[in-house]
Amino acid sequence: MSYITDRKRANRWGSAKSGTQHFWRMKVQSVALLVLIPLFLIAVAPAIGKDYAGVTDHLSRPFPAIIAVLTLTVSFLHFADGFQTLIEDYVHGLWEKVLIIGMTCLCWGASVVAIFAIARLAL
Amino acid sequence: MVQLTLPKNSQMRTGKTWPKPETGGTLRKFSIYRWSPDDGENPRVDTYFVDLDDCGPMILDALIYIKTKIDPTLTFRRSCREGICGSCAMNIDGINTLACIYGMDEVKGDVKIYPLPHMPVVKDLIPDLTHFYAQHASIHPWLETKSPNPAKEWRQSIEDREKLDGLYECVMCACCSTACPSYWWNSDRFLGPAALLHAYRWIIDSRDEATGERLDDLEDPFKLYRCHTIMNCAKTCPKGLNPAKAIAQIKKTMVERSI
Repeated sequence: MSYITDRKRANRWGSAKSGTQHFWRMKVQSVALLVLIPLFLIAVAPAIGKDYAGVTDHLSRPFPAIIAVLTLTVSFLHFADGFQTLIEDYVHGLWEKVLIIGMTCLCWGASVVAIFAIARLAL
Repeated sequence: MVQLTLPKNSQMRTGKTWPKPETGGTLRKFSIYRWSPDDGENPRVDTYFVDLDDCGPMILDALIYIKTKIDPTLTFRRSCREGICGSCAMNIDGINTLACIYGMDEVKGDVKIYPLPHMPVVKDLIPDLTHFYAQHASIHPWLETKSPNPAKEWRQSIEDREKLDGLYECVMCACCSTACPSYWWNSDRFLGPAALLHAYRWIIDSRDEATGERLDDLEDPFKLYRCHTIMNCAKTCPKGLNPAKAIAQIKKTMVERSI
């Protein structure tokens, strides 16, 4: 039995004074991906069907390599922010924190792996 | 964690089919959710037949017909019967709306009536709106001023007054909030479309002097940012308002003041 008032229950902890940065960051990432994904397709499409040496040669040029790095990095960061929102919607308590930490680490890790892989092909 | 199935004591059962009216006439079948806290039974769906020749054209007319002539135990809220008080909000044919302004001719086939979804039920078609009203109170739905003058009425230009159109008409029927999946999952922390529409109504009011404090109070990942622009609120609003647009305006204002 809880004796707290309805108003206290509605106010809960008050405002966290955050959320706008996360919201705005996702908007910026979305706009960036609107530009980057078509550029990525244009930049990488010529490498489709080529052998390893051909792909290495293609990605060693600055434009395809930089576009590929930017697209993959922004995509993984956007995924991390979006997934955090998804977890906050549906999972509460300890699992919420565990999943957010896990997914953030996974996305940052995938970004670094992507950068390393493209750098290795390009350099 | 989200609960995907109903608890055992909330699972629906087939209820009683009440006798058809002896007056005959054109009959319409109504399937109505019934639950009483007093009998310890699970909720059920009772079936009634309404004589359309002896009844008004609205869903509320049919409910009053059933209560008056068939089953006086059927419980529902109603008052103004013209879409102003918001009392008779319920789920009719899968849509949250006001029974008094929803015509029977708008429903194809049998009429299915349930209480507003995802709310605790007090009895039959009456949801418990205590938390919903407390959330509304938490946004301080009144004019807040600090300047001592003017001592009498605070004037407003015609243009500033027009900014309140589409906001002040809200009757707090709760159709929008109870149609919002984000509110279903997180109503303990998310304010919901109705409270946020009212919050924006005071944020945009040219006479209000607490705009900053109002925005501060709303800047929260759950209070405001659980809205994912699903738009169920705008689709279901029986008054034709657009709470999603008001929420988008709050988010836009938040960004403008921080960037």
